[in-house]
Order: sequence, then structure tokens, then C-alpha cells
Amino acid sequence: MAKNKSPEKVLLQGNEAIVEGALAAGCRFFAGYPITPASEISELMSVRLPQLDGTFIQMEDEIASMGAIIGASLAGVKSMTATSGPGFSLMQENLGFACITETPCVIVNVMRGGPSTGLATNPSQGDVMQARWGTHGDHPIIVLAVSSVRDCFDLTVIAFNLSEKYRVPVIILSDEIVAHTREILNIPAANTIAVVDRIHPNTPPEWFIPYEDNSRGVPPMASMGDGYRHHITGLIHDPKGFPTQNPKEIEAFLKRLFRKITTGFYEIQITKSILMEDAEIAVIAYGSVTRSAHRAVVKAREHNIKAGLIQLVTLFPFPKNAVDIILRQCRAALVPEMNVGQISREVKRVNSHGCHIVKLNRIDGQTITPDEIYAKLKDM
Amino acid sequence: MLNNSEKFSHDYLRHDKKFPHVWCPGCGNGIVLGSLIRAIDSLEMAKDDIVLASGIGCSGRLPVYVDFNTLHTTHGRALTFATGIKLANPSLNVIAVMGDGDATAIGGNHFIHAARRNLDLTAIIINNQIYGMTGGQYSPTTPYGSKASTALYGNIEHAFSIAELAVTAGASFVARGTVFHVKLLDKLIAQAIRKKGFSVIEVMSNCHVQYGRRNNMGDPVTMMKWLRDSAKNIKPDGSMDSESEGGSFTIGVLADLEKPDYIEEYARIRQKAKELKQ
Repeated sequence: MAKNKSPEKVLLQGNEAIVEGALAAGCRFFAGYPITPASEISELMSVRLPQLDGTFIQMEDEIASMGAIIGASLAGVKSMTATSGPGFSLMQENLGFACITETPCVIVNVMRGGPSTGLATNPSQGDVMQARWGTHGDHPIIVLAVSSVRDCFDLTVIAFNLSEKYRVPVIILSDEIVAHTREILNIPAANTIAVVDRIHPNTPPEWFIPYEDNSRGVPPMASMGDGYRHHITGLIHDPKGFPTQNPKEIEAFLKRLFRKITTGFYEIQITKSILMEDAEIAVIAYGSVTRSAHRAVVKAREHNIKAGLIQLVTLFPFPKNAVDIILRQCRAALVPEMNVGQISREVKRVNSHGCHIVKLNRIDGQTITPDEIYAKLKDM
Repeated sequence: MLNNSEKFSHDYLRHDKKFPHVWCPGCGNGIVLGSLIRAIDSLEMAKDDIVLASGIGCSGRLPVYVDFNTLHTTHGRALTFATGIKLANPSLNVIAVMGDGDATAIGGNHFIHAARRNLDLTAIIINNQIYGMTGGQYSPTTPYGSKASTALYGNIEHAFSIAELAVTAGASFVARGTVFHVKLLDKLIAQAIRKKGFSVIEVMSNCHVQYGRRNNMGDPVTMMKWLRDSAKNIKPDGSMDSESEGGSFTIGVLADLEKPDYIEEYARIRQKAKELKQ
């Protein structure tokens, strides 16, 4: 679809828009295992990828899916998987492998209520901290949250771009409401979509040092088979890629992983503001809850409550600066979430000026309604 | 003029790195490494076109030493990474080296599905009948009654026959060899790599430190003799001697089938997808 020269108007659900975004970003490999409410991503990928000479494979489980997309990426093909809560838990070990080997890939988690099998067909935002800290060890990661079909397309492109640019897995958190809501989407012409590809080495192979530091902290990445034979391991490795136990090398390696993300903070941390210019109360929301929050803020304005909305598009690295400015500007902030307060804790963590922070949570598999948010705003 | 062994070490080993290797003196892993290199050399393959992937464990360290595209993955998952690599770039020859625990315990599910899927990969499974690196705990191939650090009273679980499992699961090519019968092993590995479709070679090996020590087979020489005496060639008619656990086992080619591999099948899918789109 994205091949057309002019924008194309289509009616898509969020899951389908993620597929179209991924294909527009150059994704040509998908490995997955079916799970509600993410299955439509697999289904549409199985139709679309072979049309584009890409490959779809249904693996035996989510562990295998994650392994396969890392393998495909190492061989030079942009790759993705999609799952929901329980499947995301299974992916965590190999997700860590992608972090330590700096392998670009995109993982979509259409969140459902948990723990365990939880709520298979209901929305939730319960996996925010799992996305950040699910795999073991200290490591940075990029987590984006989608709130609409438009977001699903645009942010999937951005997810691939960030993943390629920083050589880091990027997680897209969706939820059942976004996944299955159908909206009109103008798919932009392919030539208007900015697509970023990883930087390949241009040194002679014998000079290639696969994990050599540079000003960006992101080493060029060779593909398997292109002449830059080197070793890739999940063990902490020296710049040449071989396991090391040297404390200095270990620290230098891990610090570089963090530094490359720190260096890119300004473009990684994305937020959107609505009616925030003169706001005295901020609603800080992400995912489908943003939509209820938007409605609530408009209603609040109609009743002369100076409320505004900031949508956290990037959840991690947490957009500290954007939130900090809001917390300085406003006398109070409301954080509605479909969990017990995973992001409100982050907001509190960066609240150095004592802004009054209020939580609004639902953990019953139901969305937070505009009226609930408005009612809370009225009391603040 | 370099002799053969110098030629191999010069051409294929990462000689400026990471030697001496990590394996115990007398370990069979080095023999498998040698066989693999000789097999690859006999096939005259370009080093750039070879990917050697491993899981975790003693065998997992094998890729470090060779000058190919090498990948040391997570425990049990080598075949899943290999699947992604092969599908992304079918011109690569992807070989996965695993241990018995790696391939058939934690990786058991991936192993049977890789065989069923028949993607053109080569799986070399080094079976030393024990978890070596973690300290001699019993594995899915530890013989019934044997001792292990988690089976001091004798193992009460029954062993997988890896090669036969692979045959049943649908692999195109299945063979079993040992680190004693090295010439045969060279040949089997070469055959397996050349074979299109999923190929499995089970290599019976020795872990004298963790298995032999606990089971009165002590040193590598005793274990080598045990491999020599226990291995029975597969009969010319293809039938096998019946196997008794901890006793004899067959060596040779167990299955060699012609069937389309996954990439050939997927080419049909792509064609169909494009036809339907038009």
C-alpha cells in the first residue's frame, strides 16, 4: 500500500497499521507465535511479507520467535515480532541477548491484563515495567506507547528507525483498545517516509573492530556473510567481540550501551502536548488512556478548569525533561493508567519541585473513561 | 610447505585469539572442532558463507575459535537464531553446534520443530551424556542408572536417543558418529552440510571429568575405548542393532531423505502471494 505515490486513505485497526508501518520502515522478516490480542499482526504479516519478497514464519513459541528475529537482523534484514503479555514474558531472555549484542529489532507487546494468562481479551497497561526491566541485568532500552491507528503507523516507523540508529531493541506497547479500534489512516507516500538504516562498516575487513567505541557510541554493524567475519556472543565482550572478564572492559562496554542512548535523548524522548500552554493541571497519559484524557481535558476547559494533556509517546528512557517542565508549570498533575501506577512512580521520581501528583487507576480490564478523569480533575 | 594440521590451524582458527581453549585435556569437543574444519575444507566452502552458531555449555564455546561468522546464543536456542539467519540470507551455510542438554532439554522443542520444518540447517549435537560445564548434573541422555551430581543414587530417568528422535521428527539427514571414529565423523559432517534440508549429526563424546569420574570410566582413554567398543556400524540393509541404555549404539547414516526444504516451499508462497495481489 505504501508503495503508491500519493497518500492512501484506508480504514485499518491498530494491529494492521503496525504492520503497514513496519513494512514502510523496511521490515522484511517477521517471526511470531499467535496470541490474543496481537494475532492480527501475525496474520497480516503472513499475507503482506511474501508479496514484498520478505519472510513470515510462525515459530513454535515466543522464545523461538525472538531468537529468529535476532538471527534475521544479524544477517542484515530488518525484523520484528509481536505478542501479548505471557508471550512477552517468554521473550525476555533473548531480548537481553539483543540488548547485549546491540541487535536492532522491534517487539510489539499488545498488553493484556495479568499476571499470567490474565485477561486475554481486555486492555491493560500492566507491562510497562516489564518492558523496561523484564530481562536481567542493567541495560538501556527504548519503549514507545501507541494511542491511535495513526500512532501505530508512525511510531512503528520511528521504532525501526531508532532501533537501527542506536542498535537497540525497541518495544512498542499497545493495548487491546488501540489494537482493535478501526480508524481512517492516510498512509503517506513511500518517498515521504524517513527511513533510517543501520550504518555498515566501510573499513577493510581486517581492520574491523566490531564493538569499537566512537563519538556516537554506536559501532557500525556488519551483516553475516558480507565479509566482516566476527564473533557475536551474549557474554560481555571486548571491542573485538570476544568474552572478557576484565573489569575495565566490562564497565566500558556497559557504560557505552547507556551512553549511546543518553546521547540520543533529544530525539528518543517523544511527547505530545494538548492545551498545555496555560494549563494549571496536567494530565499525563499514554496509550489508549490518552484518548479518554483528551476528551476529559476538553470538557474541563469547557468548565473553566485550566487543564492540559501531555501524552508520553516514549516511556523509556523516561522523558524526564518534558515532564519536569510540566511539573514546574502546573500546580497538580493527574496520571491515569490501567495498572496500579507504574508510570505515576516515574512521574513522582522526577518531581523535584513538589507538584501535587494524583493517581487514577483501573485494574479491572476496563478502560478509564473521560468522565472518570474529568471527575478527578474537578476535585484537584 | 605446511603440513595438513598446520594448514588447517592457519586457515580456519582465529590463531591470534583466545588460545589455549577452555576445554579440559582429553575432551571430545576439540575432536569435533577438528572434524568440522576438515569437513568444511573438503567441501571447499568460502569462510564468509559459513555461520557457526552455538548455544550454551562446553560446546557453546566452539565458535569462538574458528574464523567464520560466529554466534554464541542463549541456552538451547541456537536453532532459533539459525532459522532467522538462514531465512534472511539463504546463501549462507548455517551450522548449529549444541550439547545434549542444550539441544534436547531446554532446546528440545526447537530441535523437533526445526526437524519438522526441514529448513536447510546443519545441527551438530555433541552428546557427552552429562551437563559438563555446570558440574555434572544428569541430562536427557544420561543413561538409566548412571551417576551424576544430581543423581548420586543413580539416574531414574530414561535417555533420549537423539538421532532417532531427529528421524522421527522429520529431519532430511540424520547420522551418528563418535569422537573415536574420526574419519567417519569427518565424512558424516561433510555429508550433512552438503545435504539440503535439516541435517542432524549426533556425536557421541566423552566427558571423563564429569561423567567418567562418577561412573568408573575415569580417564579419556578408558572412555575412548568405551566409544570404540560400544559403537556398532549400521548394517548394510539399513537396519540397526537394538540399543541397550548405556550399552551399544549404532553409528553411520540413519536417514537420508529427499524432500523439499522450507526455503523451496516458501518460494511457492511468495509466488502465490504475488499472483493473488495482482
